[in-house]
Amino acid sequence: MSPILFELLLRSIWETVLMTAASGLISLVFGLPLGLALIATERGGIAESLWVNRALGAVINGFRSVPFIILLVALIPVTRLIVGTSIGTWAAIVPLSIAATPYYARIAEVSLREVDRGLIEAARAMGGNRWTIIREVLVPEALPGIVAGFTVTLVTLIGASAMAGAIGAGGLGDLAIRYGYQRFETSVMIAVVIVLIILVCGIQWVGDRLVVRLDRRG
Amino acid sequence: MNQHITASGDTTDPTRARPDASQDVVRLVELKRRFGVTAALDGISLTVRKGEILGIIGRSGAGKSTLIRCLNGLERPDSGEVFIEGREISRLGERDLQPLRRRIGMIFQHFNLLSAKTVEDNVALPLKIEGRPKAERLARAAELLDLVGLSEKAKAYPASLSGGQKQRVGIARALAARPALLLSDEATSALDPETTRSILALLKDINRQLGLTILLITHEMEVIRSIADRVAVIDAGRIVEQGPVWSVFADPQSDITKSLLGAIRPQLPAELAARLLPAAGAETILRVDVAGEAASGPLLSDLATAVPGAFRLVHGGIDHIQQQPVGTLFLSVPGSDANHLADIITFLKARQARVEVLGHVANPV
Repeated sequence: MSPILFELLLRSIWETVLMTAASGLISLVFGLPLGLALIATERGGIAESLWVNRALGAVINGFRSVPFIILLVALIPVTRLIVGTSIGTWAAIVPLSIAATPYYARIAEVSLREVDRGLIEAARAMGGNRWTIIREVLVPEALPGIVAGFTVTLVTLIGASAMAGAIGAGGLGDLAIRYGYQRFETSVMIAVVIVLIILVCGIQWVGDRLVVRLDRRG
Repeated sequence: MNQHITASGDTTDPTRARPDASQDVVRLVELKRRFGVTAALDGISLTVRKGEILGIIGRSGAGKSTLIRCLNGLERPDSGEVFIEGREISRLGERDLQPLRRRIGMIFQHFNLLSAKTVEDNVALPLKIEGRPKAERLARAAELLDLVGLSEKAKAYPASLSGGQKQRVGIARALAARPALLLSDEATSALDPETTRSILALLKDINRQLGLTILLITHEMEVIRSIADRVAVIDAGRIVEQGPVWSVFADPQSDITKSLLGAIRPQLPAELAARLLPAAGAETILRVDVAGEAASGPLLSDLATAVPGAFRLVHGGIDHIQQQPVGTLFLSVPGSDANHLADIITFLKARQARVEVLGHVANPV
């Protein structure tokens, strides 16, 4: 591999890491509260409101049913509004975040739902309000699942970021298609695949370790 | 509600020693709650007095859980009133219920400890909810863990504890905010008999030492027998019987109570019961239930003196519930002399005993 291609590979790694990390963080910040909102508003939840629950569910399902490549293009006006441009790595972070947030909200919802209702009842019996229940019961008890779900989301984002090349965002997927596939640079293709494997394994390893440390359920 | 036998000098009978109503920690008036077509609570009225342990017993589905949850507003009655320390709470909103719930501790069948928190943080949680400073919370948690005998487990996580230890932590947590009332929701139902005894002993200790009022629900008569002062039997959302534990045990009125008492009540040995005949035989088997003073006096020797003629004790004994003797004796009266039998029954009844002719046997031995 030529030094130029190697430099390109390093830049692509950085772009992928940036896209994954930024959109991952944004999906965590918005997805977790969204997951909590889904749990809280469902029947028998701590802030039961079926109307809100159905509306949230519909919006989430709507975003999740659009293929990412379509979302990428369809969100161009939104991206331009937020980032100022519809091209480049930062521009890709907007559609990636918007796709990952409902995805992560659903994963968080599943973990939060697994929290024993008896624990919520105990917190209510102690005189706890909704905020107490979220802070002391729901989130800490579901934390292993919340972290495991976040790991899954990050790995999914690495895959999705490959498509972001379509709007000039760069990244490893883009490198693999343009150089590895279209220019028959097999060495680039192999290098990209190896880097992606290392990246995915690394994230999964850190996530798994964290889950084990957080899980006190015995 | 019903007429229990009353021994003179007894102070636990509700009709005799009735403290003034301001001592009532809990007063329920005609509580009703329906789920669909089934009435979980169908007009429940009862009081829990300061410092007493009231046991509520019933089969599963009798409405016990709904009832106990009405006391801290986790469940809302359709109608009726719930007074906690004189204040009506059944119409309060969630926000007004929160400070009230801090006056009421609750322990649960499945402990409901937070797995992500250490034992001391679990115990301190009610104080955190109250907004107490951390140093005070931890000091109180240490004090309570000492009380329940788990000081060395302060930094452990609940998953490493046994069932009995978990319930001790649950009890410590329920006491953290110095409640006026402790609600126990089948607290020993998930524990083995030995652990159950130690948890009940702990609850009794706490009741005595701290003067804490306890309302517990259970489906096990053993629990009622070992710690309750009074018992209310609930069936299909109604209280079918209530009174001091020893008196309900001595003279259960309803079929539900009798069946819940089941094996706890002395029974005629099965092989003898199998040979009972309805028609007169060589010997008549009597069941004699005595309680209070009748059970502590020299009943049998007095009987032998007063009514000449033989009788024999085939089974039974005297038990003590709440320091009250409660006994069941099975007597066998030989002969076909109806007057002799009638004299015995008359004598026993005059001594406050309840006598039932179970049947006749050809040979009682």
